[in-house]
Amino acid sequence: MSAVPARALSAVVDVDARHAPNGHPTGNSNGHSPNPVLDPVYALPFPKAALPVLRDSQLRKNVAHAIDVIQAKRARLVEEKSDWQALRAAGARIKDEALEHLDTYLVQFDERCTAAGGHVHWAADAGEARRIILEILREEKAEEVIKIKSMTATEIQLNPFLESAGIRTYETDLAEIILQLGEGEPSHIVVPALHVNRSQVREIFARRMGIENLSDDPRALTAAARSYLRQKFLKVPAAIGGANFLIAETGAVAVVESEGNGRMCLTLPSTLITLAGIEKILPRYNDLEVMLQILARSATGERMNPYTSLWTGVQPGDGPQKFHVILLDNGRSPILGRRTERQTLRCIRCAACMNTCPVYRQTGGHAYGSVYPGPIGAILTPQLMQMKHAQSLPFASSLCGACYEVCPVKINIPEVLIDLRAQVTDLERKGLARFFDPMYLGMRAAKLAFSSAGLFHAAQKIARVGMRFFTGKDGWIHSLPGMGAKWTQTRDLRGLPKQPFHAWWTDRPDRTDRNDQNDRQKRAAR
Amino acid sequence: MRVSLFITCYNDTLFPETGRAVVTLLERLGVTLDFEARQTCCGQMHANTGFRSEAFALARRFVEIYRDVEAVVIPSSSCVAMVRDQYAGLFAELGDERLRRDFAALLPRVYELSEFLIDRLGVDDVGAYFPHKVTYHASCHGLRALALGDRPARLLGKVRGLELTPLPNLDRCCGFGGTFSVKNGEVSSAMLAVKLQDVVGTGAEFCTALDNSCLMHLGGALHRQYAGMRTIHMAEILASTQEEVVR
Repeated sequence: MSAVPARALSAVVDVDARHAPNGHPTGNSNGHSPNPVLDPVYALPFPKAALPVLRDSQLRKNVAHAIDVIQAKRARLVEEKSDWQALRAAGARIKDEALEHLDTYLVQFDERCTAAGGHVHWAADAGEARRIILEILREEKAEEVIKIKSMTATEIQLNPFLESAGIRTYETDLAEIILQLGEGEPSHIVVPALHVNRSQVREIFARRMGIENLSDDPRALTAAARSYLRQKFLKVPAAIGGANFLIAETGAVAVVESEGNGRMCLTLPSTLITLAGIEKILPRYNDLEVMLQILARSATGERMNPYTSLWTGVQPGDGPQKFHVILLDNGRSPILGRRTERQTLRCIRCAACMNTCPVYRQTGGHAYGSVYPGPIGAILTPQLMQMKHAQSLPFASSLCGACYEVCPVKINIPEVLIDLRAQVTDLERKGLARFFDPMYLGMRAAKLAFSSAGLFHAAQKIARVGMRFFTGKDGWIHSLPGMGAKWTQTRDLRGLPKQPFHAWWTDRPDRTDRNDQNDRQKRAAR
Repeated sequence: MRVSLFITCYNDTLFPETGRAVVTLLERLGVTLDFEARQTCCGQMHANTGFRSEAFALARRFVEIYRDVEAVVIPSSSCVAMVRDQYAGLFAELGDERLRRDFAALLPRVYELSEFLIDRLGVDDVGAYFPHKVTYHASCHGLRALALGDRPARLLGKVRGLELTPLPNLDRCCGFGGTFSVKNGEVSSAMLAVKLQDVVGTGAEFCTALDNSCLMHLGGALHRQYAGMRTIHMAEILASTQEEVVR
């Protein structure tokens, strides 16, 4: 993983100079920086963060190959479903209903989970969630904990926090093991090590597990991971995982996974901690009928995921005897109050949007500087940050609409992106950018020019004269200064033609033959 | 029938030949064209870059100008998508009931060029002649927002002499995205590089589309790379006849 951009970027961020807002841990005792690149507070703006990735041909090849494979599988399985559009609509309706009455359903979940022997905790932010988890582990005197892949745990930067508190964390999902042992960062929410290829995995496993002559055959690699994991499953007394769904009606929790590591974590340890965002609620048990169908097909291109675990509280003598659920807000509830943005919380984390996104295909996940990359990350992250950070993310999209087309819960991501862009601009209107930012000034000037045809035509004339200076003998512009240089770095621009269309229309000799003379005079008088 | 042409700001400024081709084509098909002299811009660039209050004014302007016309034809799929997908939301936010009503009445009369030809005029053979190998780029807005479907292929399929060669990964964005191409210039260029491999790989002489913004992006790179391939708006292909080659 010598060329993983996380490394390159963490070198850019001055780790020592950072301070901790919102209770984010900034470092641990051994001086390692905790996921600096995926913390929106410190991440570089997207256009800058993307540069090292764009120059890393191996990484781009890994990402493109991986998502092309997943996408093709998804497309095949969606194609065979004649009621796919009805399923999407049903998925959106179920999530909308849950969000509409989230207060009621969360309380209902709390009551029913508690009645079944679970302990439910409410965490307003990441810091509170981390403290609750640490207290539970301290009470259990746990010095080690095994983990099921959970992006929510990465969102609250749980691992570095626990490590700094002296608790060892062991990831059990294959991709997460690769990242933990290779000291990498997740670049995808379903396939976190998507940017790492087989030979890079071989190198990490051989080095960190001390295996000589390890081949890069997938079977050999999974066998190595299996023997590494088996010891952890059998001896570690506590597990932490996320949730795909929380069922308000019964107080049950659902986790879907492909490797069986989740099933092991959910059944073998004596203490189980589930960390879930408040938007994971489903009203009824029967809602799983729709959600499980759309999630598996969208996420991994499977009709059904290999392991679906559902449990309700605690069963005496069977599985973990202590079960905690932490309901995490961490910036979610303010999103509920916004009409256009609320649909963001429908997300079931399938990652179909990033798999289809032409931007993600080039940059991979790290450039987004957030545990949630791709189109969903571009709308979710700045909102979780209450628009104080990650302001470049809503602009990290060409608005091509591929994400909306595949989203199984019909989140109109382009619509939300545009709305968030307007929020960023409204912040600029109050700041210094309005005096010097060329994009801001250009857009304001363009608005003025478009406010009347006369001004527009005058602006065209000025532009034509101004551009003449940059136009070559071949009639094309090869190099522009300032913002225009971002265009001419890879493309030419044809020089402005002498006669705009409207001037041709007015001048054309045969106009009166075909158009009513009165009509023309009427318009000219306006 | 009588139709008003909304040429769009960037076609007016940068691609007048597209406008001239639309005029040639529609008049050949017996349509009487009007051109509202007050027209400027639909507001797409402002709306998509986050300048919503600026977009409000331009959207309002569009509706006021075209309120009473029989039909509006726009030879740019992204501008049609702006009108169709974003205006209603903008007007709802403004809370102007009259504007909302006027817009709702106008909306069914706003056509993208290929929609107008096939849905309104009911023709797919426009009598065109264009003896070249051509590939069609489906522009994201034409493909997804407008769902143009097989309309472009039907029109091109009836052009005499034209050899249509399919573009692989038709649903993949060229990386233009308006101000995205400047704000995220390097990422946009990376997307463009991937798209160009497919475009150049077709071996076509021309790459056509129903949106000059994608074509400006692709064409700018083809020119930079001496690729020996040109971009052309589909209106120009459809306007071209054996007697009168438009380009």
